[in-house]
Amino acid sequence: MTHSQLTPGVAAGRLPRDSYADNFSDLHAPLTAHEAAVASDRCYFCHDAPCMTACPTSIDIPLFIRQISTGTEESAARTILEQNIMGGMCARVCPTETLCEEVCVRETAEGKPVEIGRLQRFATDTLMEKGVHPFARAASTGKKVAVVGAGPAGLSCAHRLALKGHDVVVFDGRAKAGGLNEFGIASYKSVDSFAEREVAWLLEIGGIEIRLGQRLGENLDLDALAADYDAVFLGMGLAGVNALRADGEDKGNVTDAVDFISDLRQADDLPALPVGRNVVVIGGGMTAVDAAVQSKLLGADSVTMVYRRGKDRMGASLFEQDLASSKGVRIIYNAMPVAVHGNGAVQEVEFEYTVDDGGKLSGTGERFFLAADQLFKAIGQTLTGAPADLTVERGKIVVSETGRSSRAGVWAGGDCASGGDDLTVTAVAEGRDAAEDIHTSLSVKE
Amino acid sequence: MANLASTFAGIKSPNPFWLASAPPTDKEYNVRRAFEAGWGGVVWKTLGEEGPPVVNVNGPRYGAIWGADRRLLGLNNIELITDRPLEVNLREIKAVKRDYPDRAMIVSLMVPCEEEAWKAILPHVEETGADGIELNFGCPHGMAERGMGSAVGQVPEYIEMVTRWCKQYSRMPVIVKLTPNITDIRRPAEAAKRGGADAVSLINTINSIVSVDLDNFAPQPTIDGKGTHGGYCGPAVKPIAMNMVAEIARNPETADLPISGIGGITTWRDAAEFIVLGCGNVQVCTAAMTYGFKIVEEMKSGLSQWMDEKGHESIDAVAGRAVPNVTDWQYLNLNKISKAVIDQDACISCGRCFAACEDTSHQAIEMSDDRVFTVKDDECVACNLCVVVCPVENCITMKELAPGDLDERTGEKVAAEYGNWTAHPNNPSATAAE
Ligand SMILES: Cc1cc2nc3c(=O)[nH]c(=O)nc-3n(C[C@H](O)[C@H](O)[C@H](O)COP(=O)(O)OP(=O)(O)OC[C@H]3O[C@@H](n4cnc5c(N)ncnc54)[C@H](O)[C@@H]3O)c2cc1C
Ligand SMILES: Cc1cc2nc3c(=O)[nH]c(=O)nc-3n(C[C@H](O)[C@H](O)[C@H](O)COP(=O)(O)O)c2cc1C
Ligand code: SF4
Repeated sequence: MTHSQLTPGVAAGRLPRDSYADNFSDLHAPLTAHEAAVASDRCYFCHDAPCMTACPTSIDIPLFIRQISTGTEESAARTILEQNIMGGMCARVCPTETLCEEVCVRETAEGKPVEIGRLQRFATDTLMEKGVHPFARAASTGKKVAVVGAGPAGLSCAHRLALKGHDVVVFDGRAKAGGLNEFGIASYKSVDSFAEREVAWLLEIGGIEIRLGQRLGENLDLDALAADYDAVFLGMGLAGVNALRADGEDKGNVTDAVDFISDLRQADDLPALPVGRNVVVIGGGMTAVDAAVQSKLLGADSVTMVYRRGKDRMGASLFEQDLASSKGVRIIYNAMPVAVHGNGAVQEVEFEYTVDDGGKLSGTGERFFLAADQLFKAIGQTLTGAPADLTVERGKIVVSETGRSSRAGVWAGGDCASGGDDLTVTAVAEGRDAAEDIHTSLSVKE
Repeated sequence: MANLASTFAGIKSPNPFWLASAPPTDKEYNVRRAFEAGWGGVVWKTLGEEGPPVVNVNGPRYGAIWGADRRLLGLNNIELITDRPLEVNLREIKAVKRDYPDRAMIVSLMVPCEEEAWKAILPHVEETGADGIELNFGCPHGMAERGMGSAVGQVPEYIEMVTRWCKQYSRMPVIVKLTPNITDIRRPAEAAKRGGADAVSLINTINSIVSVDLDNFAPQPTIDGKGTHGGYCGPAVKPIAMNMVAEIARNPETADLPISGIGGITTWRDAAEFIVLGCGNVQVCTAAMTYGFKIVEEMKSGLSQWMDEKGHESIDAVAGRAVPNVTDWQYLNLNKISKAVIDQDACISCGRCFAACEDTSHQAIEMSDDRVFTVKDDECVACNLCVVVCPVENCITMKELAPGDLDERTGEKVAAEYGNWTAHPNNPSATAAE
């Protein structure tokens, strides 16, 4: 049975089979060697470069770009990976337009930054394609560290600890490692199973054991970990999602955007994945954009993103918003959901326009309706499963600069912990810094 | 429209752009295309004596230096003179000259350093109707080992001798092409003049090893595991060529000797620079080999636009205009004092000026916490390194202090009068200022 974009309801295979591969191909094509040479030549090798400061992992960007320009991509990759072991993934998913590239002096000068992200990918891809893992472990210290969560924070922490000679066990509740790299990031940012390949490559350091299906708060508990290991790092991300608090939220085909994305990321056969004819996404962050864009790419006829505040307040960067628009997603600003209507399954969503008065949001009273066969909620993820004895404020485990939680011997980082934006690169930085601090504290105890 | 017509050593051409003796001028096919494209003249690829021609290598002849976007910056070659029979070349030269009487046709020659050899070839060349000859005393590889090319060009006495033979046995204007592979370029130029040369042309290529294959430990281009030094040309050699041209132009002994400028000329601006440094015309090789014959259109339009804008009516009106301003270091005015000034609106805060001045120069730039860069006048020596390394044109400029202003670095007032090293108190052999 064949479907089209106009098939009513939620249906699979809306597009010709061969258009899926195209739709879900690399967002930014990799640079060829010549393109990389030209792109790297644009770097001014700034003194105390602003891009380095803007990078949460403080990669020495001018240095690695110069290494590319002199034909030593492997050295460039090492420069990157020493600071950021997930430099390959970050090169693909970092919102560089609000990080390193935003402050590039060539952005200031001519509105066209050096293509730092793509150059970073060029270097790291070159190294990884050679099957090289450029780091070797220090002699074993005999210390054991438990890491909870095999996302960017946990894996970055584990790698740094292993490097220092500690033995690491990483526990994750899911059936596959990688965290949101594997289950969350938009597919066109991480094609060809990159997340999975990167995890395998990272583990080549040795000394890291991954135990899957182990969930803190279910079949794993902090006291036991603290007793069995010399230190514990929590990098469990934000496993819960916020509720809409609109009437009718429990109707059919109303789902969390993260679940839809996770299904999509794990799908072997995209044409078999059902999507609505009319899709509505509520939210204004990366998750909302990713759910909206990927619905469109799957063949939804109309996709509308509705965000309760203005364009400038939106969590997704301007680049992401433009990306959504260019794929045909309509974005409605300043509107909030009031009710979900439908007989069993969602048919219509009712919204009210809002005014944002210096942060205080209120409805204007004016309402409108959007037809919807599928409604995705993307209004933020929440911390779940955090051990009760840790201090939690504003939904995050409170940690120090170096990731120490309120409980001695327990560190935390990434999305689940306070400080920094909820980004892959921030999670990597926090995991790394916590590992350094754990290493220091384990060394002192000698 | 400015008049681009040129008369060089008595040889007329519709514009001052000639193709230098090299592959672009190796045969009738190329030269006809060059003339169709608008080149004012050609110096035919160097001819050797009668008999079996030389042979070239059958592997790569070129090495190169590139910029990041693969812009060709320097070219190196191990090609010899023409490898086609003399009679074929002569026949073709005659045919082309007959069809393009308004274009300059110069024949480059290189025969052994014997009177008989020169005496033998000159009548054949004359018979083609060519406008002049160029003596190739420059080729640095292959021919030098056989006692020709730069082996002659490095010995002023030989230059003088061969030039004299050519003047004696031919009525054609004689241009002597000089090799840059010599310590003082004025000596061979003087020798050419003594021998009766009508003009000199320079530079030929520079001895060079352009790159080394780090896997095989061999210079490139590599043939069967070996390489040899080749001749360097293209944009990279222009500064060297211009200095040599200027040295000849301002040498009283050779000041009136016409110069055909060669070496890295790629745009109209390059050509204009050579011309104002004393050249009557210019010759181009690498640029044509890189981009094809069509570039002459840009060279002609650019040169005439510049001349029109500045009100220069002819090539003669601008030729040599910069020569009086080329001087020796000791005559530079030490009393002119400048300071670097950074335009804060244009500054993009890259900090390259800071790194350069702080690490390698005079610690005269200050960097604030929020990346504002300012010059410390009490440290700035006006070297202008910051200007050179700044990626934004005109962001950093050198501002000259007026006489009477305080130089904060020395604590002294800027003098109004000219003062150079010859009269400076620190100069042990200073003579009193006049
Ligand atoms: C849809 C979406 C798109 C995104 N796009 C981008 C992007 O383009 N660029 C960008 O920089 N960032 C993006 N982000 C944010 C980024 O993915 C996160 O900031 C980052 O993954 C955080 O890493 P983490 O290691 O802290 O947590 P996670 O990646 O969430 O990893 C946490 C891990 O812990 C496991 N876990 C959770 N609870 C438990 C428990 N109780 N016991 C055991 N294991 C547990 C999970 O299974 C998971 O493997 C996106 C996020 C989402 C949701
Ligand atoms: C491949 C090649 C062959 C050359 N052959 C000759 C030659 O036969 N006779 C000669 O006088 N100069 C020869 N030259 C030197 C050029 O005429 C010219 O002097 C030199 O290349 C510098 O000019 P350019 O920088 O414009 O190339 C040759 C140059 C090249 C690149
Ligand atoms: S001109 Fe030279 S000394 Fe003066 S600020 Fe610039 S680099 Fe420093």
